[in-house]
Amino acid sequence: MSHNSRTLPPSAAVVPPPAASAQGRKRSLQQRRARAAWLLVAPALILLFAVAGWPLLRTLFYSFTDAAMDTPEEYNFVGLANYLDFAEGERFGVLADPLWWQAVGNTLWFTACSVSLELFFGMLLALLMNEKFRGQGLVRAAILVPWAIPTIVTAKMWGWMFHDQYGVVNDLLLRVGLIETPLAWIAEPTLSMWAVVIADVWKTVPFMALMLLAALQMIPSDLYEAARVDGASAWQRFRRITLPLIMPAMIVALIFRVMDALRVFDLIYVLTSNSEATISISGYAREQMVSFQEMGVGSAASVLVFMMVAGIAACFLWINRFSHEGKEARE
Amino acid sequence: MKLTRQQRELGKKFWIYLAALVVSVICVFPFYNAILTSLRTGQDLFLTSYLPTTFHWENYVNALGENGVGRSLLNSFIVATVTVGICLLVSITAAFALARVRFRGRKYILFTILCVSMFPQVAVLSGMFELVRFLGLYDSIGSLILSYTTFSLPFTVWVLTTFMRSLPVELEEAAIVDGASLWVIITRVFAPIMGPSLATTGLLAFIGAWNEFMFALTFIISNENRTVPVAIGMLQGASQYELPWGHIMAASVVVTIPIIVLVLIFQKRIVSGLTAGAVKG
Repeated sequence: MSHNSRTLPPSAAVVPPPAASAQGRKRSLQQRRARAAWLLVAPALILLFAVAGWPLLRTLFYSFTDAAMDTPEEYNFVGLANYLDFAEGERFGVLADPLWWQAVGNTLWFTACSVSLELFFGMLLALLMNEKFRGQGLVRAAILVPWAIPTIVTAKMWGWMFHDQYGVVNDLLLRVGLIETPLAWIAEPTLSMWAVVIADVWKTVPFMALMLLAALQMIPSDLYEAARVDGASAWQRFRRITLPLIMPAMIVALIFRVMDALRVFDLIYVLTSNSEATISISGYAREQMVSFQEMGVGSAASVLVFMMVAGIAACFLWINRFSHEGKEARE
Repeated sequence: MKLTRQQRELGKKFWIYLAALVVSVICVFPFYNAILTSLRTGQDLFLTSYLPTTFHWENYVNALGENGVGRSLLNSFIVATVTVGICLLVSITAAFALARVRFRGRKYILFTILCVSMFPQVAVLSGMFELVRFLGLYDSIGSLILSYTTFSLPFTVWVLTTFMRSLPVELEEAAIVDGASLWVIITRVFAPIMGPSLATTGLLAFIGAWNEFMFALTFIISNENRTVPVAIGMLQGASQYELPWGHIMAASVVVTIPIIVLVLIFQKRIVSGLTAGAVKG
């Protein structure tokens, strides 16, 4: 590959004179490597542009048109009408659709609930796995099971367990005596979101736990011994040693999970059939696009989804950087 | 009364084992329940009993044959394998450059790749739909290979980059001193020892492609081209209100077992692959 790079335009090629110092030779090697690096990255970047960048731009483009799904080549520009439009004193467009705002609320609620529960249970699980006990391998294998199960299968399995008449969940709750009549987990709007959250938490706690566990295992054990000698309680040890040291890994895991939860679609589509009480923003955009064949409106909703997710990601990064700077300033 | 140190240790042990037991049961129970259901037919299905009652294999035969899940398994396998193959091939050189060579713009490329791996799939849905139609791939598994690259490629590049970064510098230095070109370094020095990392990355990407639902639901309309998740999602009974739970659970078990077996065999590697990107990145 490096002899390929020699045939590139000579704009940046610095041919060292024969008498160049070792320093100069080193630099030219560095430059040659840098140019070759671009060649090595190019195929991936080109492919990535073709399958991600280009479709994203086209989605943006379509969001300003009235294209329909079956005839995407026929369209008229409608400006921002797909987003928001005023006609005869009424408002139209995605931003005027109460279902869109319902979907935004659902998605944020789902994300906040499921990610915080995952963080809590993931932390407990990671602390447990960090202890030494017999049969640890078995537990580790067991917690990988939910992670390995395809989301659709998770949705179907929990859909069956949440079945109002024959479901295991109602049966167990009845036996324990927590409820007196079976609950309609899927059909009842107030409960269906909890059904979705429970299924999601069950599936993703292992991921969170493994991330946190990896961070826990990097903490040197003499720190704990020193703290114990100084008479620190278990809670103090957790609060003052564990938490600060795993914070960076925790934030990364949180970002991953939040981004993942914000684009939720398949679990809700299958578990609660995209019901109004649970529909997510991704589900809303896809419904406009595919079920109603409104490619323009659907694209506009997709663009809004993208902007919302990107905005939340930017906030996270900003907070992360901010806290880093704060920490450095204090030290 | 103050507990002795030994008693406290014993108490702690007790709680740990109890917690481990509870966790394991919660993790495995839904799948166990699915297996139980898949072995029941007729009225037995509606028994809420926690032990196996009957062993009927009809559900499996039915799901695999009549409902076409067998065909979907093959489709899923082809799509996931081809996608992962293409992604690995392209990302191995990219990952090498991103991990081992310092050049301007490297950070921006890495950041872009990370962003793409996180962005919502629905954001490219209509653009991808147009592309798929333009290429004449609508309703064929080719459309899925194309669209799955959207999320597989950034993932493989990212994970391979973190793996490559962890290899010792000496490895390359010796080769550079010997005057080896980058291409030689990649193919002769790195490729042979990248085997395990490639396998881990490939496996994780494979699982991602195997599980994908939205593109598969949108770009495929004929039964025989469906992938497994859509086939299971679409299983319908005689009437709209009567879902064939036995068949659904049988199909679910069939598609999940290969993944679970793979995951349990490669447990350690998967855990390291999952956490590699996050903890060190």
